[in-house]
Amino acid sequence: MNNSQLKSALLRLGDDALILGQRLAEWCGHAPALEEDIALTNISLDLIGQTQSYLSLAGSLFEDGVKTDDELTFLRTDREFQNLLLVEQPNGNFGDTIVRQFLFDKFALLRAEHLAQQTFNSEAAAIAAKAVKEIRYHADHSSKWVIRLGDGTTESHDRVQKSLDDLWKFTGEMFISDEIDRAGVESGFLPNLDDLKKKWDEEIDNVLGEATLTRPEDCFMQTGGRTGIHTEQLSFMLAEMQVLPRTYPGTSW
Amino acid sequence: MSDKKNNWPLWEVFIRSRQGLGHKHVGSLHAADAEMAIGNARDVYTRRQEGVSIWVIPSDAITASAPEDSEALYDPANDKIYRHPTFYVLPDEVNHM
Repeated sequence: MNNSQLKSALLRLGDDALILGQRLAEWCGHAPALEEDIALTNISLDLIGQTQSYLSLAGSLFEDGVKTDDELTFLRTDREFQNLLLVEQPNGNFGDTIVRQFLFDKFALLRAEHLAQQTFNSEAAAIAAKAVKEIRYHADHSSKWVIRLGDGTTESHDRVQKSLDDLWKFTGEMFISDEIDRAGVESGFLPNLDDLKKKWDEEIDNVLGEATLTRPEDCFMQTGGRTGIHTEQLSFMLAEMQVLPRTYPGTSW
Repeated sequence: MSDKKNNWPLWEVFIRSRQGLGHKHVGSLHAADAEMAIGNARDVYTRRQEGVSIWVIPSDAITASAPEDSEALYDPANDKIYRHPTFYVLPDEVNHM
């Protein structure tokens, strides 16, 4: 794995966390209960913290000079973001947010556990070791809500089943390997995504079973996020997220 | 707040801030059951490293003393200063007395 590939792999890690963290922050002041408002924004802050670490590390690997995490966050265009399509999907209703979180958390936890163990890059291992503890809580939180909503009332069951059906088409992208993934696996830095999918399938099925939800059939899977081809949702998000630093370059509190 | 149909039950939250100290009442919150109450308490009350252990108790399980009984309950202790250990010198190493 060369420097440029490592940089891309770190951007993907950072961008997944950044975009999902920004999405969750939109719940601030709007969640169904005060307690859940704080839970979702806590998770958002955990993810933004992971973003800062991963993007700072990625920023040190640019050949044309070091880029800060803020520059990478606020001054890249949509085509330069490499996050999964899943994490940029709108919050929708509370069930949509929880299912999106659940599908991602289970993937992110397995990925972070590998990153924390690998010896190819010790800085990334340290970031991941801290992230594992956070994501373990996120996965616990989202799994419990999936079970609560799925195995709740008829209405909550039907609505969360619809969330699952709607978002399923974005799950395939997590497990597609490209050149960067293959180089990452070869050097030991990244996990083998086929192995990861087996574990993910098992964990998803366990929770869905307990939640009395039906796992959707594998359909046509949406892809493109890893190469910068995003759904239109990302542009709207970036417009809001980046407007201040773009309008007032270099401004500070 | 007493609309039971549309509100989760109320829970009282107790946090142990450090090993060796007792759990202390920090506030209350709503949750559907005890497990969710622990999760919510973690999110609401331990964000700034306030605790190492959490208790939650259904608020309606608490029996409180009545304010109108306070004379009978507390005034008799007023003139019994010999119950305070103020006549001893404590070594510096003894904390939390």
